[in-house]
Amino acid sequence: MLSKPKSVLLPLLLAFAVFGATAASRAAVKVGEPFPALSEFGLVGDVPVSLEGKVTLIDFWASWCAPCKASFPALDAIQRERGPQGLRVIGVSVDEKPSQYRSFLKKLAPSFLTLHDAEQRLVKAVVVPSMPTTYLLDRRGIVRYIHNGFHGANTVKALNEQLTSLLTEKL
Amino acid sequence: MKTRRRPRFLIVALFVAVAAGGGCSAVQPWERAALASYSMRADRDPLAMAMTEHMNFSREASTGGRGVGGSGCGCN
Repeated sequence: MLSKPKSVLLPLLLAFAVFGATAASRAAVKVGEPFPALSEFGLVGDVPVSLEGKVTLIDFWASWCAPCKASFPALDAIQRERGPQGLRVIGVSVDEKPSQYRSFLKKLAPSFLTLHDAEQRLVKAVVVPSMPTTYLLDRRGIVRYIHNGFHGANTVKALNEQLTSLLTEKL
Repeated sequence: MKTRRRPRFLIVALFVAVAAGGGCSAVQPWERAALASYSMRADRDPLAMAMTEHMNFSREASTGGRGVGGSGCGCN
């Protein structure tokens, strides 16, 4: 028979294991998997009908995230440089308050498309591992590269290497 | 007597564990707006910080050890 402390410990461990498993059960979008269709998540903005046909860079950001702010000029430069080669950059904000989303965009005025995931439905479906996170999709809408965070020149270099390879690929 | 009380005790322990476990939740990266707020920073008030440092230095013979980068957004 179990002693009293042990009999308390067992159900406690069991309960925490169950709650832990439930929390970890959500599946994140991984490299090699198709990215979910943006039109299914009630995003605010000029949502593209399809993610196919162009190489797409999807960046999840928030106004309260300092590295996201630092990443905007770099993403802007990538859009301007690689846009004519067939790249489209999409910034998805996970801000809960529309006013914060609008004021951030007013200050930084990016040239790339921005969407607002106000209900945080897309970010929950993708299970973004950090803020910011960048997903590179090939012309078939398949995730080919995931970059966590923004680390200045290192991130830009990593993204450009991947983009060079993706943009030269043919369908 | 003992064998009668044990299952009831286990049920109560399980109920408490489930109730306590229900409060557990992982804060996801996209839910950290409040944690990233300026008011969550330990060094938001320079005067209070200087006074605390002075107290630690003069009474506890210690100083520093506050090197925490940023707030709680966990970005990057």
